[in-house]
Amino acid sequence: MIIYGVAFLAFCTLAGIFIGELLGKMIGVPANVGGVGIAMMLLIFLGSYLHKRGILDATSEKGVAFWSAIYIPIVVAMAAQQNVYGALSGGPMAILAGTAAVVVAFALVPVLSRIGQKKPEESATAPLTKAPR
Amino acid sequence: MYESLMKVLSGYGLLSGFAIIGLTMWVSYWISDTFTKGRLHGSAIAILLGLLLSYIGGAFTGGTKGLVDIPLFAGVGLLGGAMLRDFAIVATGFGVSVEELKRAGFAGVLALFVGVGASFVAGVGVAMAFGYTDAVSLTTIGTGAVTYIVGPVTGAAIGASSEVMALSIAAGLVKAILVMVATPFIAPYIGLNNPRSAVIFGGLMGTSSGVAGGLAATDPKLVPYGCLTAAFYTALGCLLGPSLLYFLMRGLFG
Repeated sequence: MIIYGVAFLAFCTLAGIFIGELLGKMIGVPANVGGVGIAMMLLIFLGSYLHKRGILDATSEKGVAFWSAIYIPIVVAMAAQQNVYGALSGGPMAILAGTAAVVVAFALVPVLSRIGQKKPEESATAPLTKAPR
Repeated sequence: MYESLMKVLSGYGLLSGFAIIGLTMWVSYWISDTFTKGRLHGSAIAILLGLLLSYIGGAFTGGTKGLVDIPLFAGVGLLGGAMLRDFAIVATGFGVSVEELKRAGFAGVLALFVGVGASFVAGVGVAMAFGYTDAVSLTTIGTGAVTYIVGPVTGAAIGASSEVMALSIAAGLVKAILVMVATPFIAPYIGLNNPRSAVIFGGLMGTSSGVAGGLAATDPKLVPYGCLTAAFYTALGCLLGPSLLYFLMRGLFG
């Protein structure tokens, strides 16, 4: 049943964010420590375990697949409620500070991608999709 | 008539959200096909449109929630709120390859620390160029360039002025928005086309909404890899900001 998949996804999300909150309390940080990441790990590992056991069948997985597919529209809705006006009225210093951080981080992506890669194997850097999106 | 319409649209907020965003997606993919021959991905155009609408909403109402401050569009806020956003991001994890994650694990952790450090230094550098010299203001603006949550959290902890806090939030917002807008254009030049570089990208950028939007507009398959590392970024920033980074700045600037 599709609801099993949706409920499983909801359980993983809630559990992950709860653990993130607890970790934040433990470290003493007023933020959620990796909640979404932990939830994703739960989904991946619990999901493959339940799948192997045959508890989460193909129909149930549709309940997860739907929310995964609706992700982009949700991100568009998220973009529509960013405080763009506030960001731009912050003045040149705020704009420059934000831009500088982004430029530096972009430049570091290829640098870090090379680190820890023993040899430049083709398979490791092969694009997921052939066609440019 | 207007009253009845508003009653339905606000009473059934989530549904109007689906309808409005669905229409936006349709228009965006139409623009993508007609004017760019599909070269600029429809989702990238949709995110740009969303940000543009949000600017108009903010300028029109003076609120802080963009388009959502206009009552007619309040339903979009439900759809794009933290709950459904996190729910959908977690759902994208279902197709993730564990092997790829393991291979990128160390680089991802490294990227988190480098990302917080580099953003902080960039923010502090700009603040200095604009004439700030005291450790508290420099740290607050620098952490604002980490994310718009780390900035005010750090500023409140070390006693920054409200004007500096507002600047740090604005810097973080600029970062989130710029990542959403620029990622699909920059991606080909920095090799952002595989899970490993997406994990590193998520760790370096860290701003969850920026990474979520930027990767969605680049290649939806990369989303879970980037969001997984980005989920730890703000917390790491909140941990380092008022402690290590502030002590460093106090040591350097007194």
